[in-house]
Amino acid sequence: MANPKRRHSQRRTNNRRAHDALRAAGLTECPNCHEPKLPHRVCPHCGTYKGREVIEVEEE
Amino acid sequence: MRHRKAGFKLGRNPASRRALLRGLVTSVIEQERVITTVTKAKAAKPLVDKMITLAKRGTLHARRQAAAFLQTPGAVRKLFDKLGPRFMPRNGGYTRVVRLGWRRGDGAEQAMLELVGSELVKRAAERRRRREERLKAMREGREPEESEKN
Repeated sequence: MANPKRRHSQRRTNNRRAHDALRAAGLTECPNCHEPKLPHRVCPHCGTYKGREVIEVEEE
Repeated sequence: MRHRKAGFKLGRNPASRRALLRGLVTSVIEQERVITTVTKAKAAKPLVDKMITLAKRGTLHARRQAAAFLQTPGAVRKLFDKLGPRFMPRNGGYTRVVRLGWRRGDGAEQAMLELVGSELVKRAAERRRRREERLKAMREGREPEESEKN
């Protein structure tokens, strides 16, 4: 069976993972209520999308 | 290999997948809009469009083809009497999928699949009222009387 010939150092591991960082999702401003929202999704705050798509949101 | 085998499997065998999609398509036609997962919405969308194409054809054969797929006779009637004429001026693109965000519980992304040009019916307040009534009935230990289904 194939086996590692040499010890795999922490440095090697960490260097490989140097490019694995997660990036925060970009947010856009809702044109209706000016809250931040995810792009290409209905605004969870006011329930609008592209000016009219409405999902009912509890107002209070 | 599944190269070039388009479509969604939805983690089901063919029979239950077909049943699920038939139910979804029937609901979209009856209710105008439906909230489900993004993948299921995308899987059902072309089928809804095909039903509307059948409705626009309007022949007896087309009606029988639609009736073979849809699960209720009422949906077939609505499809041919209302939706066929309504979508006559439009060539394709009868439905729309809008992403809504993630479901609590399992984190699945939800979407709304709707017929283009359908209006939102405000029902949330009514639904909440009924839910509260039901909860109150349960707390008081009575059987919740079955009001009309929503």
